Amino acid sequence: MPLVEMTDLVKHFPVNEGTLLKRTVGQVHAVDGVSLTLRQGETLGLVGETGCGKSTLARCLAGLHPVTSGRIVFAGRDITNLSRKAMRPVRREVQMIFQDPYGSLNPRRRVGSIIADPLVIHKIPGDRRKAVQDLMERVGLNPEHYNRFPAEFSGGQRQRIGVARALALRPKLIICDEPVSALDVSIQAQILNLLKDLQDEFGLTYLFIAHDLQVVRHVSDRIAVMYLGKIAELAPDLYEHPLHPYTNALLSATAVADPDARRRRIILRGDVPSPIAPPSGCRFHPRCPKARELCAQQEPRLEGNSHQFSCHFPVRPGGSL
Amino acid sequence: MSLLDVRDLHVSFPTTDGLVQAVRGLSFSVDAGHTLAIVGESGSGKTVSTQAILGLTPDADISGRALFEGVDLLQLTQEQLRRLRGAEISVIFQDPLTSLHPLYKIGWQIAELILVHDDSATKKQARERAIELLGLVGIPHPAKRVDDYPHQFSGGMRQRAMIAMALALNPKLIVADEPTTALDATVQAQILDLIGRLQREFDIALILITHDLGVVADVADEVLVMYAGRPVERADRRTIYYRPHHPYTKGLLESLPGSTGARKGRLTPIPGQPPSLIAVPSGCAFHPRCRYAMPVCSAEQPPLAHVTGDLPDHASACWLPHEAVGLGEHAEEIRLEISGREPDAVSDQESRRGRAAG
Repeated sequence: MPLVEMTDLVKHFPVNEGTLLKRTVGQVHAVDGVSLTLRQGETLGLVGETGCGKSTLARCLAGLHPVTSGRIVFAGRDITNLSRKAMRPVRREVQMIFQDPYGSLNPRRRVGSIIADPLVIHKIPGDRRKAVQDLMERVGLNPEHYNRFPAEFSGGQRQRIGVARALALRPKLIICDEPVSALDVSIQAQILNLLKDLQDEFGLTYLFIAHDLQVVRHVSDRIAVMYLGKIAELAPDLYEHPLHPYTNALLSATAVADPDARRRRIILRGDVPSPIAPPSGCRFHPRCPKARELCAQQEPRLEGNSHQFSCHFPVRPGGSL
Repeated sequence: MSLLDVRDLHVSFPTTDGLVQAVRGLSFSVDAGHTLAIVGESGSGKTVSTQAILGLTPDADISGRALFEGVDLLQLTQEQLRRLRGAEISVIFQDPLTSLHPLYKIGWQIAELILVHDDSATKKQARERAIELLGLVGIPHPAKRVDDYPHQFSGGMRQRAMIAMALALNPKLIVADEPTTALDATVQAQILDLIGRLQREFDIALILITHDLGVVADVADEVLVMYAGRPVERADRRTIYYRPHHPYTKGLLESLPGSTGARKGRLTPIPGQPPSLIAVPSGCAFHPRCRYAMPVCSAEQPPLAHVTGDLPDHASACWLPHEAVGLGEHAEEIRLEISGREPDAVSDQESRRGRAAG
């Protein structure tokens, strides 16, 4: 049984106009029919450009946004739009690590009490101070720094505080939303190693969101690519055999730290269209170098089993555009 | 003669906590039409050094020389520098949204720049030039979009507008400070492509400041790696990536996912944290994090010296012998032997140090 099963998940945000008489003039189609499963103990990487809906999807899963339609099943239990009270036990199992280690920690509270928060909220009995110091030790922080403020820590150390807080309740699933993108390269590797060690030790499942494709490739067992609220492609060996032209373009556009790497960049035309009025048919068709008439008319379905893709004219394996 | 020649630049900021030594002896030069990438992590001094040269750090104590076409920029008055900035040297910043004024139309902002620097230009000419520039950087329907406000542009288009502005007065040098960091991968590819194309077309020298080693591998001719305010290694692009000498350069490359070909496995981070610029470690500032640190490293600051070989421009500031160059096993043996470390002891100590410091 998969740990998480999302079926046809839709999240629209209303666009309002007018100051006194607010009326809804449109919908931001942030997540528009996503079906995704997370297996126990795996890391599912989720990549996509700004505004593709990857963070919204994560927040729906964490219960931070009510969903417009669709179903989320967590560990065999339907958790779609549960009440706050009913959601509470689920929150113990699903935790988040955020991007910004500066914005996600209250600067006026001591680190020990920040990490202890989940234990207090969920009324976990036992010696909290010891529990927190064990957690600090585990994530590579000095337990004696229990009484310090977040400002006394560097960016990498703050991210460790965020990890300790997420770990406090021994969750099953941790959603990592760009956990290392604010960190310097040398520190980034420290945090990625830590996340890997914790996964091995506690059997954690990760939903790992990042825009850095090399980082995602390093940590993920399977990788899903999102474009304008939909899954374009999902596969374990996505980088070796991309089938969707968008994946192909995204991979070719990624700057690799190797001067001799073969560079055949596919430069896409224009920008990502507005999610308020997504294009007809395949959402990628206005920018797709392979688009034909059918692409504008009919929306491709997500096909395939272990390697899923939604494209009428997939890139042939080994072939080029 | 180089277009820009910086010698022994020092920049420091007096603060209530003490003197922040942001740049501690930096020398580099850029030739016309060439791209120099300055690489380093937060606080390495890469941004401050170029800002100091351009007179954008009013509170700093600056010493050294920065000759631009033979004129020392550090001796110029603010007014003289102001005439120079934008005209001879222009800057592209990381965040195009905060660099553009939100209440003025894009075209007006470009035209204004032209009018300020060129007294002979009329408003009409300036506007036409703005439209031409927007077209040049790939904004669709420039004659229409010239009257848009910044918020009507996407992130990529705003960065294109910034590039248009940087080009407006035919500069000889462009300083691009993290120009693609705020952009998505596909847009970053567009912008890097554009910068490279325009640079070749107009023979502009480019100083690219970035932390992204992927971008550097793509566009740089020469690379300067900075750590704690000092240059630690300088070489052409291929040498930096394939035959680095300084342990910090090597550490940066090894901490990148995918670069070592090791998927799934553990990454090799640099243990510890970058130092405080108020209390910079003695000797080589990198020695507390360096796995090859020797007694001399904490005692004496290594000079940026030529690394033996057929590459005259490869220089490194490290006490390790010059044979210890590259990422191969042979070089690693030399490094371990010289520093007196056992391979296993190294990794043990590294993990302990990583924990204590991290």
